[in-house]
Amino acid sequence: MEHYLNLAIKAIFIENMALAFFLGMCSFLACSRKVETAFGLGIAVVFVQTLTLPLNNLLLNHLLAEGALGWIHPVLAGLDFTFLTFIVFISTIAAAVQIVEMALDRYFPALYTSLGVFLPLIAVNCAILGGSLFMQERDYTFAESVVFAIGSGTGFMLAIVALAAIREKMSYSNVPRGLRGLGIAFVATGLMSIGFMMFAGIQL
Amino acid sequence: MPAAGRTLAQATLTDPLIRNNPITLQMLGICSALAVTTRLDKALVMAVSLTCVAGLASLMVSLIRNATPAAIRIIVQLAIVSSLVIVVDQVLKAYLYEISLELSVFVGLIITNCIVLGRTEGFAMQNPPLLSFLDGVGNGLGYGLVLLAVGFVREFIGTGKVFGYTVLPSVYEGGWYVPNSMFLLAPAAFFIIAAMIWLLRTWYPEQQEEG
Repeated sequence: MEHYLNLAIKAIFIENMALAFFLGMCSFLACSRKVETAFGLGIAVVFVQTLTLPLNNLLLNHLLAEGALGWIHPVLAGLDFTFLTFIVFISTIAAAVQIVEMALDRYFPALYTSLGVFLPLIAVNCAILGGSLFMQERDYTFAESVVFAIGSGTGFMLAIVALAAIREKMSYSNVPRGLRGLGIAFVATGLMSIGFMMFAGIQL
Repeated sequence: MPAAGRTLAQATLTDPLIRNNPITLQMLGICSALAVTTRLDKALVMAVSLTCVAGLASLMVSLIRNATPAAIRIIVQLAIVSSLVIVVDQVLKAYLYEISLELSVFVGLIITNCIVLGRTEGFAMQNPPLLSFLDGVGNGLGYGLVLLAVGFVREFIGTGKVFGYTVLPSVYEGGWYVPNSMFLLAPAAFFIIAAMIWLLRTWYPEQQEEG
């Protein structure tokens, strides 16, 4: 239990997707003008991440990894399809996003209208694909990958909502002309990143 | 906007380098621009890989643009891009194994790099193959320029070296330069990009944003 809690803390704070690994930066900066939009995108990221990362874990361990196909026929046990991971991961993500979008549209129209615009964006959010690639690199088990998915999604949501709140406040400040918009958002993100570095080394 | 005296093809290739740079103006491809710039050699490998993928992906998407149904175009583009990235990844693993280990997931993340998808979706779907290829290469080079600039600043100030060769001998090796290792950490990358945007937008005031 403690191991999983540690993993979650690490994924949320210490190795925050956006602030420590710079993943999902494009939507991080583009959708953080308002807290409301940022929150919508954050929820969508948590949702898609929790869905696709464990799914990719299963696909990797039971289809692609070296010798994983042995359960079909012993002849196939020597095959190694790990070079196909990129295309399999991105297909899973794109397909999952499409299915989630259609399912939400049909069964939860209210949620769909609030998340709708963000879902297609998420298919190409690096935080999602990056999460799956980290899972492969670090050899997470299925349970670990579920925890890591929830943790990294939550970390991203936390960061983007915080940045949006800072940017809303900043509309009252007198920012130099050339820095307005994108420039000052980078400075704010840098300061937040310093803040998050203070979490380094926390262990339960 | 091609300037007078230059052909459309020239403008397509050179506009993204500074004036219409993908990172500082179009806000594309920022993720990897920050992560791989702690050393110049990593930045260079990344820039070359991305330029190849962006150019070839734009070319291929443009070749089949009239045969691609609009509803599935994103997934077609993703399939093309990820196949190209697999090739790049295998080549890197074969010839530059050390660097490919350090780049870790970021080679794979070229797939979701917004520059590649942004250009295939925004340019290659409407334009003929050769022009699309030039546009892809141009944007890749513009990205590479920013990457190398950031990588130079971070490696030079962070360790006193350029491309791994010692320029300012550091105190740890008996020299006089005290490396500022904050430049190797995540926050410094944000500040350097912010400073570049500030410079560019002071140069081209029409790029400034309101509010």
